[in-house]
Amino acid sequence: MGFLSSNVSITRYKVEGRVEEPVIETIYNGLTQNAIVTTNDDISEKTVGWTSLDSPFDPNFEGSSFLIGTHLVFSLRVDKKTIPPKIVKKHFAMEAAKRLAESGREYLSRTEKKMIREHVMSVLILRIPSAPNIYDLIWDYEDSSLWFFSNLKSANEELETLFSRSFNLTLIRLFPYTMAGLTAGLSDKERDILARLSPTNFAE
Amino acid sequence: MLDVSVSYNRYRFLGYEFLTWLWFVIEKDQGKITGPEQEMVSLEIGNRIVLENDRKDAVESITIKGDDAGLEEGILALRKGAVVTELNLFYKVGDQAWHFTIKGESLNMASLKVPDTGGMESRKDLEGAVIEKAYLYNEAIRLVDNLFKEFIKGRVSDDWNTKIVPLVRQWIYS
Repeated sequence: MGFLSSNVSITRYKVEGRVEEPVIETIYNGLTQNAIVTTNDDISEKTVGWTSLDSPFDPNFEGSSFLIGTHLVFSLRVDKKTIPPKIVKKHFAMEAAKRLAESGREYLSRTEKKMIREHVMSVLILRIPSAPNIYDLIWDYEDSSLWFFSNLKSANEELETLFSRSFNLTLIRLFPYTMAGLTAGLSDKERDILARLSPTNFAE
Repeated sequence: MLDVSVSYNRYRFLGYEFLTWLWFVIEKDQGKITGPEQEMVSLEIGNRIVLENDRKDAVESITIKGDDAGLEEGILALRKGAVVTELNLFYKVGDQAWHFTIKGESLNMASLKVPDTGGMESRKDLEGAVIEKAYLYNEAIRLVDNLFKEFIKGRVSDDWNTKIVPLVRQWIYS
């Protein structure tokens, strides 16, 4: 779901650490070095990388195009090849029948079946194009806050890993406990009380 | 700070209590909302509430949805010990309206709709749209942040057990 869509989901983060000076250059390097790369003969099931908000299928970070106002705006792209199980089943059955006919046997061993499955997957993966999933983000560098425009667990995990690798910074997901501890302005004494809280029973 | 996954699970009840408290505030204590938000006009329950009760052996989930749905079933669920786990809100400032859902355990925002913005034809329009959208998203986030701060300040104070919870109970059983 995109930043500019009419309906969005947001997962919020606190960015821990500071980017090395000069900030824009460091971020540019982190983006370009980890930009998504796609090739037609890609054998991997999943490819993850950064892309630009205005040209997600042709990443371009030149001219600090990722800097809009005081915000850093770019996107995470996850290209994934999903082979429908029925296609795998069909090709597996065809390949297994061929091997049985060639060998004149009635059964295949477990290892042979495993090898056939791997072979079928490796052939199909080359033939099936990957589907791109684009998730925008907006990073307020001064405020050390970041909004990621997806609540999907897998997308958030990809973001956390790639962000850490690209910028050497940690993303702390904001949920009730981290929001209370990091952004609600509690005193040390209040944080101690927070750590000892247990659920309230509103019903008498 | 505790490990993230440990604290996420151990303190998810804080998010549920926040949404339960928020429902109470919307119904009975709107002053709490207008306090931090000087220009706010209204905050209302939207078209969906999800409650959960795990006080028995099995987890019981109650969903109330629909634009004009009655919330009596929700109150009844609260009386049985349920808490709010998901809440759709309708926030209005002047003639501008925001719709969004907050998930209790994560405080993630979902289905966020902000007031309409202008169209885009050039790169300059894109920059303007990003800045405008960011401002509008921030309005909803700021509202939730201010309310959560109000809740958590009360939650770690003595007032929680002596004043706030008795008032919530009074509302549930009224």
